[in-house]
Amino acid sequence: MSEASQGAEAPTDPGLTVAGRTFRSRLMVGTGKYADNATMIRAIEASGAEVVTVAVRRVDLDRTKEEGVLYHLDPERFFLLPNTAGCYTAKEAIRYARLGRAAGMTDFVKLEVIGDENTLLPDLHATLEAARILVDEGFKVMAYTTDDLVTALRLEDAGCVAVMPLASPIGSGLGLVNPFYIREIKRRLQVPVIVDAGVGTASDACVTMEQGVDGLLMNTAIAAARDPISMGRAMRLATEAGRLAFLAGRMPSREMAVPSSPTTGMLD
Amino acid sequence: MIRLRVNGKERTMDGPATVQELLHDLKLHPATVVVELNEEILDRERLSEVRVKDGDQLELVHFVGGG
Repeated sequence: MSEASQGAEAPTDPGLTVAGRTFRSRLMVGTGKYADNATMIRAIEASGAEVVTVAVRRVDLDRTKEEGVLYHLDPERFFLLPNTAGCYTAKEAIRYARLGRAAGMTDFVKLEVIGDENTLLPDLHATLEAARILVDEGFKVMAYTTDDLVTALRLEDAGCVAVMPLASPIGSGLGLVNPFYIREIKRRLQVPVIVDAGVGTASDACVTMEQGVDGLLMNTAIAAARDPISMGRAMRLATEAGRLAFLAGRMPSREMAVPSSPTTGMLD
Repeated sequence: MIRLRVNGKERTMDGPATVQELLHDLKLHPATVVVELNEEILDRERLSEVRVKDGDQLELVHFVGGG
């Protein structure tokens, strides 16, 4: 053991840098589907996330619902990342992105153009088209996509500041269905790869981070847990554990046993 | 009388009126909403200058919870 590492903690994670901006946590969380705003805040605090996603919607002029999410999330503590969720065309997504920029005063946008209602899988062609236009308009585009390598490469070429492939469909909780494709995307891209959607529980988060990706974004896994606050903390620990395990480098797996204790020095 | 479409619903106003006056009528603080007038985003500084006119379509949006 070297002197420097003796008795020391594992090196601290410098955080995740996207387009020159560094975030302390590799875990980003959504703010949708919570039973109430108080639970949402406590769950997000427990998750340690700094980046939280928000959607742009009409103000309820009848005031039957609670006020906008901005009243509950301190912009000094959280980085609000507007999304274009619910958009089905490039044109619509661009409109929502512009509104998000005006509402949040940030150039960052999580671009999402849905192509299919049942699976909520993205329309890759429309996503690319919207990404190109938004990049031209000065947006820092973080693009939600499938685990398709070629699309990920095209999104990077288009100038996206992060590419966000899914682990599995939005809200499904199916976990990481294709680790190989996610690893290949990470190997081939220069921009951060942040896996967005599909994580169901802490082990999914950990396995996903173990693939070497730069970050994770999730919403339902925390919001729909029986106890969102505990799940927020579990996701924080799992994200950190997965990152650390990736950096540590796992042992090779083999389909036979190898003894951990010496086979010599046994008694007669 | 000015007939407007605000967040998808018909609304009438005594004119002439500015966008800021419309927000005031709706009890909305200009700092908390983004206004899109006929699909063009209005800068906050212009809310007190721009007048609404008959047939205008307005969208008043803000951030809500989302993933």
